[in-house]
Amino acid sequence: MSLVSVSPESPAGEVAAAPPSRTRLRHRFPLAFYVLRRVLAGVVTVLIASAVIFAAITLLPGNVAQIILGRNATPQTVSAIEQQLNQGHPAWDRYLHFMGHLFSGHLGYSTAGLVAGQNTSVGSIIGPAFAHSAVLAVITMLLFIPMVIILGLAAGLRAGSARDTTISVTSLAISSLPEFLVGTLLIVLFFDRLHLLPPVSSLAPGESPLSNVKILVLPVLTLLLVSLAFGSRVLRACVADIVSQDYVVLARINGYSKRRIVFRYVLPNALPPTIQLIAQQLQYLIGGLVVVESVFDYPGIGTALVNAISVHDVQVVMVVSIFLAAFYVLINVVADVVAILLDSRVRTTIS
Amino acid sequence: MRWRTARRVLRQPTGAVGVFIVVVILLVAFIGPLVSPHSPTETLGPPNAPAGAGFPLGTDFLGRDVLSRLLHGGRSVILIGLSSTLVAYLVGVLAGMYAGYRSGIRDMLTMRFVDLLLAFPPLLVLLVLVAGGGEHVWVLVVGVIAVQAPAIARITRTASLSVRQMPYVEAAQARGDGTLTIWRQDIFPNILPPLLADFGLRFSISVILIASMNYLGLGLQPPTADWALMMSENRVGITLNPWGVLAPAIALALLTVGVNLVGDAYLRAVTRSTVQRGTWRSRLWGRGARAGLATLPSSGGVAQIDDEVR
Repeated sequence: MSLVSVSPESPAGEVAAAPPSRTRLRHRFPLAFYVLRRVLAGVVTVLIASAVIFAAITLLPGNVAQIILGRNATPQTVSAIEQQLNQGHPAWDRYLHFMGHLFSGHLGYSTAGLVAGQNTSVGSIIGPAFAHSAVLAVITMLLFIPMVIILGLAAGLRAGSARDTTISVTSLAISSLPEFLVGTLLIVLFFDRLHLLPPVSSLAPGESPLSNVKILVLPVLTLLLVSLAFGSRVLRACVADIVSQDYVVLARINGYSKRRIVFRYVLPNALPPTIQLIAQQLQYLIGGLVVVESVFDYPGIGTALVNAISVHDVQVVMVVSIFLAAFYVLINVVADVVAILLDSRVRTTIS
Repeated sequence: MRWRTARRVLRQPTGAVGVFIVVVILLVAFIGPLVSPHSPTETLGPPNAPAGAGFPLGTDFLGRDVLSRLLHGGRSVILIGLSSTLVAYLVGVLAGMYAGYRSGIRDMLTMRFVDLLLAFPPLLVLLVLVAGGGEHVWVLVVGVIAVQAPAIARITRTASLSVRQMPYVEAAQARGDGTLTIWRQDIFPNILPPLLADFGLRFSISVILIASMNYLGLGLQPPTADWALMMSENRVGITLNPWGVLAPAIALALLTVGVNLVGDAYLRAVTRSTVQRGTWRSRLWGRGARAGLATLPSSGGVAQIDDEVR
């Protein structure tokens, strides 16, 4: 199995196949050149993605203002909203205007707020939401990393055993369930049957989620179950692959202790795929958080996005979507660069 | 030959269980509406009544019969999921064959577009489309196609790159066959197996995406009877009538788990058979299939297919 994820923006093969005579610098610093190229490709992707998001949200429906305000809108409010959205200007002009503000740190004002006649800044809506989501994501990842390694080793070291079958079949079943379903089943179990945990994780404004740890348990558990189910299957395949390699077989013939084989041969070789897996999980969390936060009514970025979509808050939807897409691409870039730094084979291919 | 694959699927315990589950759930979804005791949208009793006389699974938050809604609620998600997956295959296969058969700038431009689509988080694609286009069924279908087709195009391209160099394709070109004829007669039949391999998994991903959108209230709208929608609607009454949430949850879980079990067993059945046979076709299989999987944004076996969509 390939150890480097072939990123969407620049396939590793293309780098390897590039003609050898372009610039001197490129030969002197192949690694730096690759990283630079990868980062630039990421920036371009984010820019194009932001244009696509902008176009999809502002151009698809007919009259945005009319849709936001509904049928019985007065002409005055319609024109006020149109002014805020710069409806009079051509689309590319509006896009540049929007992106210019985004880059200078002005996230703009919530469209839904303007409809209600108040200037609510987007930052004040999504700032706390991002912080709340980060709490959820960080706790999930901190628990995920050690647990997935243990599960992957437990199944992969004895491929085909009863233990492996149990872990593999369970994780196949759980990983094929939608997150909202896992979350709902957990609510039924822990709230309705056992009366242990609250079914909703809503917070008072300004309240920190860490002040009431109880509400975090079910959302984290949901994300963790789904991530572990997927991650343990990937890591199991990888560990099973390493165990069947010649160097492990040789080590076993030489009579090395089991612990030495695992820590000296298996784990170091499983590191690059594990890094990739962690990157994938971070990317998965973007979608997973949207759904899980909605299940538990947790005031994070996912609920903010879903609410904004249902009230046609164009400004919030655009800002949040572009942030999420940028985050997704950023993880891709970082994962690729880390893969290069970790894996000497790929490094040689590049230089 | 097809029968042998079917028998191999059924001989695996997970495959047999999966086929059984899928058959049961299809019967519920498609025969169910015919045998349902009540109308799915008619208020018949007090809201959130527990299971009992007249209502085997109780009533929902508006006093409608949960059993009737359960029997009506599967067809939509299965049909939307299936049709959008099929169209995604059509779009993806055509784009992939185009890119793989015509190399050079046309290949590059097609693949750059594919890369761009893959650079979005899958659920975000659907959310953004709904934000722009409103809560319609066709928006869901377009969204699922936009998520699935790029990955299919990648696998198709990789597979057709190797088929393109086969002597029979050269022969067809020398014979003067038209491009479309070559695609239909020589390329398509030979890239079909690796494409079919993950159909089940892709279908279940489509179902999960659509169900998630329905659950978020951004897909099918009330009063439609839909399993995911039922789960979010009846959440408030969970202590009064847990079946309002549990019954659709179990049905949806059986659908996705069953399809995944069958898909997994099918994949194992065909990969094993090709290892044993070792014809030129199996080489394509191994290379096509593995190369296709390796080009997904992740690495590591079959499992990654469901990752790429999350």
